[in-house]
Amino acid sequence: MKKQTLKIESKTEQLITVRNFVSQAAYASGFNDEDVSKIALAVDEACTNVIKHAYQYDAKKKITITVGDSNGNFEVSIVDSGKQFDPKRIKQPDMKEYLSSYRRGGLGVYLMKSLMDKVEYDIEPGKRNQVRLIKQLPR
Amino acid sequence: MNEFKIAQREASNVNVLELKGYLDAHTAPKLEEAFQTLLKTNRTNIVVNCKDLSYISSAGLGVFMAYIEDVRNKSGDIKLTNMSNKVYNVFDLLGFPLLYEIFKDESEAVKKFNDKK
Repeated sequence: MKKQTLKIESKTEQLITVRNFVSQAAYASGFNDEDVSKIALAVDEACTNVIKHAYQYDAKKKITITVGDSNGNFEVSIVDSGKQFDPKRIKQPDMKEYLSSYRRGGLGVYLMKSLMDKVEYDIEPGKRNQVRLIKQLPR
Repeated sequence: MNEFKIAQREASNVNVLELKGYLDAHTAPKLEEAFQTLLKTNRTNIVVNCKDLSYISSAGLGVFMAYIEDVRNKSGDIKLTNMSNKVYNVFDLLGFPLLYEIFKDESEAVKKFNDKK
């Protein structure tokens, strides 16, 4: 599948547009319903993190989402120019402990990692943050 | 667009919230409001019927996490029912079945509340 790009305003009401865009692309790349749902959810989580944390609900900011196939993988890139984020500071939570302490938030990164094959970050401090969500194409 | 609705009703002293549509970071505040209203009026025997819930993200799951402790401190509970496989899988991925009782059908959850008395 050829690369496609969607640029959105940093608003939670855009999440449904993002999910529809990514789902269509994932279907076009041959994924089944279950995997399409996983990919759409992972991208929703990544965009929600940008809206909340990188841009802190500033709706004037923009998020760029690019989807495409490369080297046998389906790849979604999410780029923002907001507050940088240090992926090393995000600990993989112990879910049992997490649940028993009734904590809230921080579930998004855990979900992204569980739903995709790879989650990569490319951070240029103060300029640009990129998250890449990668899943192997169906054979 | 981004349709999410909550219908509320009472069945044998249990408050049932029927969720419909897409529960994400945009629509989660609606569910939050519904839980707040129930808590304020001490209606803490809560069943959330997910029959028509098409989608849930961590923002929606976070709302359940935010209220379960307060509800249980008031001797109530939040029980979940009628989930599609797709929605159940997200709950399961995060280990929620350890913390919440999940039933196939609403009537089982209502019965559980009433058996307790």
